[in-house]
Amino acid sequence: MRLSHAFFEKNSLVLLIGILIVVSIGGLVQITPLFFLSSTIEKVQGMRPYSPLELAGRNIYIREGCYNCHSQMIRSLRDEVERYGHYSLAAESMYDHPFQWGSKRTGPDIARVGGKYSDAWHVDHMKAPREVVPASVMPGYPFLAERKLDGASIAEDMKALRIAGVPYTDEMIANASADLAGQVNPDTKAGKAVLERYPKAQVRKFDGNPEGALTEMDALIAYLQMLGTLVDFTTFDAAGPNLR
Amino acid sequence: MKATSEEVIAVSGAGALLAAAIGVSVGGLLAFAGLDEAIRFHGLLILAACVGGGLYVLSNPRQGGVAEQAQYMDGPIKFATIAAVCWGVVGFLVGDIIAWQLAFPDLNFNLPWTNFGRLRPLHTSAVIFAFGGNVLIATSLYVVQRTCRARLAGYWTPWFVVYGYQVFIVLAATGYVLGATQSKEYAEPEWYVDIWLTIVWVAYLLVFLGTLWKRKEPHIYVANWFYLAFIVTIAMLHIVNNLAVPVSFLGSKSYVLFSGVQDAMTQWWYGHNAVGFFLTAGFLGIMYYFIPKRVERPVYSYRLSIIHFWSLIFLYIWAGPHHLHYTALPDWAQTLGMTFSIMLWMPSWGGMINGLMTLSGAWDRLRTDPVVRLLVVSVAFYGMSTFEGPLMSIKAVNSLSHYTDWTIGHVHSGALGWVGMVSFGAIYCMLPWLWKREGLYSLRLVEWHFWIATIGIVLYITSMWVSGITQGLMWRATDAQGFLTYSFVETVEAMHWPYVIRAVGGLLFVIGSLLMAWNTWKTVRGDKPVDIKDQPRVAAAPELRGAPLAAPAE
Repeated sequence: MRLSHAFFEKNSLVLLIGILIVVSIGGLVQITPLFFLSSTIEKVQGMRPYSPLELAGRNIYIREGCYNCHSQMIRSLRDEVERYGHYSLAAESMYDHPFQWGSKRTGPDIARVGGKYSDAWHVDHMKAPREVVPASVMPGYPFLAERKLDGASIAEDMKALRIAGVPYTDEMIANASADLAGQVNPDTKAGKAVLERYPKAQVRKFDGNPEGALTEMDALIAYLQMLGTLVDFTTFDAAGPNLR
Repeated sequence: MKATSEEVIAVSGAGALLAAAIGVSVGGLLAFAGLDEAIRFHGLLILAACVGGGLYVLSNPRQGGVAEQAQYMDGPIKFATIAAVCWGVVGFLVGDIIAWQLAFPDLNFNLPWTNFGRLRPLHTSAVIFAFGGNVLIATSLYVVQRTCRARLAGYWTPWFVVYGYQVFIVLAATGYVLGATQSKEYAEPEWYVDIWLTIVWVAYLLVFLGTLWKRKEPHIYVANWFYLAFIVTIAMLHIVNNLAVPVSFLGSKSYVLFSGVQDAMTQWWYGHNAVGFFLTAGFLGIMYYFIPKRVERPVYSYRLSIIHFWSLIFLYIWAGPHHLHYTALPDWAQTLGMTFSIMLWMPSWGGMINGLMTLSGAWDRLRTDPVVRLLVVSVAFYGMSTFEGPLMSIKAVNSLSHYTDWTIGHVHSGALGWVGMVSFGAIYCMLPWLWKREGLYSLRLVEWHFWIATIGIVLYITSMWVSGITQGLMWRATDAQGFLTYSFVETVEAMHWPYVIRAVGGLLFVIGSLLMAWNTWKTVRGDKPVDIKDQPRVAAAPELRGAPLAAPAE
């Protein structure tokens, strides 16, 4: 006997269940293994959760929609590695909720922008991009330098991220506000504590205004300056146990 | 014992009021106890929307009874049709504004609310969800009634669907401008807006299914298969992709549950199937109803429609990883995504053939009826972009095209050419049919709309081919010593003229949509058509055509 399509056409629930089964298969096969296959994310040294200031900066990056024009995913292609540095590892975005790989490069990839330019360059470029790069089409963000950073809820943010799986310790959460302020106060006890909790964090006043308040510009530049700097590629062995 | 009509209506009214009361309380709570400006503003919006909705329910008791049940329920459809026309103009206009921003960056004005990064999600959501979504809701509720010969299920629920959906749109759009975003493309709204959409969407599914259950036709018509697949799959995608941990239940900020590579895969599983099910399956439902209706011919092949349907929905869901070629996504997933994307070419063209060949014996309509031309050219654009898509999903091609304007051009040949044109065709069909007019106010204006929009699309996609392929080639160019030839900003400079041409093309598309808005206004108002003698008989509302109607094509 042939299965007649009339069976689906005459029973709306059969049609509904048939659709649900058919559209579930692809996602189940492609997504669920990524949570279980240990080869999905490389074993690397150096990855750590974002410091409170970096996290606040990342939230500004998201709020302003920077991902619409900047990718954070260097593909394993010769010209990209030449232009931007080592291709991006899955491990490098393992604490990114959500990921910021992007889909369009109206501006360049910034997965490894950390340390490429000075803080002063970033401040000038953010305030008036075409003063620094005449042919740029980037919008200006002068308001970031004037807005005080609202870090009141940063510990709550870290708690939410911990629920989502980021390994923030109780100590990190208890000191969230102190670390937020400490990261722009080098050579103080608070500043040194940031470095202990968040290795390789950069501790300094980022917006070029050392006496001024903690601004959104500080947070955003703190985030940009750490991008791509955590994994040491002089010791990373792509052909090692990470091979997939 | 069956409840009487009055009892059902009383329960329905009470339910609507209860829902409004809950909405008022939630809105009030968020408005006065919210932790940030975005959620307080949204609380006020929800409060106002629910007060307005509640007052409307209170002041408009339903007549009910046999007389009402004997008629189709067209009120919510009219509402969604007008909303689609209005949101379409807004969405296209914002798109053109950001196109000019890319050509002349001073137009960003360097303010948070006017910068490209916040306006781009406003554009994409306005055109996909506000324009496209309203077209889908309007046409699906229209088609399901006619092909089932049954009135919509529910009394206030269909109204809740169309009204609640507009509230969702306003919440999403204002959220982006205020900086409340999850940053997942086409899924930017924050957690509470996602919950609101989920409620509206479940109501939509229930209305649609309920109407299928009430049907007087033994068979469910093919257009409804596509609409049903669109509704349930979007529900699945929306819920999984938006799983998030709110920082506080009184704040707008949340963190997406997944991270990194898993989040990327989930996002593009969602993102590509927003294309596959929102912008394709739903609009194929439109194709399967409105083309046969307008040309008064049956669908070309029943068997092809069965193969088209099941193979399309099965294959589409696998295509997501082609957005992630050569990234940190494991190779096996990339290869699967590419393979299924190429296979997807076949059902896509099967569907195109089924749509186009429906014109067999009525090809002359292409010359005489610009509404038919909109519908048919949309299917041709569908065929073109569903060939281009598999091509771009091939890893070697994708290494050039990804991250460039080629992708933007591809999206727009699908979005303007297929989704836009088929929507315009369906709207032009429905206007006189819904408002019981003898025809459109002006068929000649449709002719103008068709040509202006078509020229706009051609300018748009050709300029994006040029800029995308140019930029891709410039990025990878190396000199004899193996050094990169161009700095990044040189490739940005090379984009200037294509960006200007693209913005001009977009402007033409906006002008076309304004003609449609004018035509809609005049038709709805009931102005006497200026060229009624040039309009085909099928342009008139069924009641005004004289001769009895043929049954829906099957």
